[in-house]
Amino acid sequence: MSENAPPPILARALSHAFGTGEARRTVLHDIDLELRRGELTVLMGASGSGNPTMLTLFGCLRRVEEGSVQLFGAELGEATDEELVFHRRRLGFIFQAHNLHDSLTAMENVRMGLEVHGPAAAARWREAAAHVLTLLGLADRLDYRPQNLSGGQKQRVAIARALVGNPDIVFADEPTAALDKETGLQVVSLLRNLARERRTTTLMVTHDNRILDLADRIITLEDGRLVGDTRPAPA
Amino acid sequence: MTRLIEALLGRLPIGWLQLRHNRTRLIAAIAGVAFANLLVLMQLGFAFGLVRSVRLSYDQINADIIIAASDMNTMADASPVPRQRMFEALAVEGVAEATPLYYGKIDWKQPDGTIRTLDLFGIDPSARPFANAEVIAAQGELTLSDRAIIDRRTRNAPKEIFAGIDSGTPYTFEVKNRTLNVFRTFTIGGGFTADGYMIVSDQTFLKLFPQRAAGAPNFILLKLEPGARLAETAQRLRAVIPAYDSAVHTKEEIIRRDQAFQTTQRPVGVVFGFGVIIGIMVGIIIVYQVLSTDVADHIKEYATFKAIGYPNRFFLSIVFEEAVILGILGFVPGLIGSLGLYALVVRITGLPLEMTAGRALAVFVGSVIMCALSGAIATRRLNRANPAELF
Repeated sequence: MSENAPPPILARALSHAFGTGEARRTVLHDIDLELRRGELTVLMGASGSGNPTMLTLFGCLRRVEEGSVQLFGAELGEATDEELVFHRRRLGFIFQAHNLHDSLTAMENVRMGLEVHGPAAAARWREAAAHVLTLLGLADRLDYRPQNLSGGQKQRVAIARALVGNPDIVFADEPTAALDKETGLQVVSLLRNLARERRTTTLMVTHDNRILDLADRIITLEDGRLVGDTRPAPA
Repeated sequence: MTRLIEALLGRLPIGWLQLRHNRTRLIAAIAGVAFANLLVLMQLGFAFGLVRSVRLSYDQINADIIIAASDMNTMADASPVPRQRMFEALAVEGVAEATPLYYGKIDWKQPDGTIRTLDLFGIDPSARPFANAEVIAAQGELTLSDRAIIDRRTRNAPKEIFAGIDSGTPYTFEVKNRTLNVFRTFTIGGGFTADGYMIVSDQTFLKLFPQRAAGAPNFILLKLEPGARLAETAQRLRAVIPAYDSAVHTKEEIIRRDQAFQTTQRPVGVVFGFGVIIGIMVGIIIVYQVLSTDVADHIKEYATFKAIGYPNRFFLSIVFEEAVILGILGFVPGLIGSLGLYALVVRITGLPLEMTAGRALAVFVGSVIMCALSGAIATRRLNRANPAELF
């Protein structure tokens, strides 16, 4: 990938509001932000600071209405619904709730993250799903359904589902909330290694101070405004 | 089964896996679709049984063309026609034979006091108005007064009576203040308007119905000369027979006219039609309930799949996958159940109910379409799957 390639995410004068008339409430104000390739960025901010809205705008889950967001140079505000769906296939999502399909095994849930890329990707789903689940310590739980997994195991399956398609960008919302300290660190380390090895860009919302040391960059939102952008010194 | 569906769809069969996961709901859904299929198959069975029973009685008649009253809708309500029409018809080119047929109903009081209604035909024993070989063999003896032959398939009649007749012991019973002597049996079977058939001579018929006149039979049966063209002869007859009191029908035309009237104008036919519609409605509602509940239960998972990048058609395909599977799985027990009930109804009523491959196939296709329609309605709930709400 050339150094002149467009950044994974480039936001300019991004604002977003909900509601109309007197009920209109602006949750993001004039955000300028560029996420770089291969970086693990932690997004911090109190509840109501606009973190989820920013993730949904960057993740093509909500339409950009004011300002600009570019995903690898593609202007999201001008994208059609079909283009937004197509862009989302380059992204990986890790939600606070695992949202695993209860009728599918761990392997099959992970397969869903691969099958979206078409028959060619789906053809190698067994090896790929088993590999990423093994990386996350679930080698002995491949054929378990969610009801037979602990909360932390479910979250790791959800993480595997997000990562199995080798996304260019990973958006994670409190991915360690359901995990114990050790597993949480393992997961964040995995995300950081992906960032290093595959040049994956990761934007993670978290309130977990234990993992801040692993971040390449920490940005802070407060009342919808970008109030902090720091790069911790390497450990 | 999972692998088969996976191979057919070319993807993970999520719809099937979802259905299978909640077995109670799956069983309830299959039972619902099966019930709808059973309802539709039974109603269609009755409706086609009605159609078949109408044809069955005409099929016994040995005629190419039938002259009936111009206002006749069914065999049972055929007004008398002037016997004069028979002679007029005989003068028409192509007509070889003509014979009158008298029709009425009598109540046969059983030894246990119950009543069986019989369609009674009065025939000229020297003619050949019926094609039934058993009738032809026996009709010569009908020239004797008050002699009769009876349908051994008469509904709910004691079998020993027919066995006795067939072994040479005539059966006598009182009807309309006369004593009929039943000396032979034949086979037709009960329909929707009567429990069975009885045949007597025209003279005996007129004694049983003294208000009826020999000059006014219900039908005039015509046989054509060899090589005579049916449509052309019928056309010539229509030019001769006065339309104000009589109508000329080919045998097939009169059957279709009777069938059409019974299925669309008579309450019983309309009820069967409504039964089919109600069965379909029941199926649609049950499958819709199952599918819409299933979509609602998985709305967060679907929103997650939307976030991953699955297009809307993927979710539609899941719902339709479930709908088609329910349509198929529900059809099998519905068909088996209806076959059992057909056999039971035939045994109890003697009605000509018969499952045909064509009907089973039509109901199967209809069942799948019904389920797909329910699925199409249920897909509206998919709009609630909003991936933006997952964060």
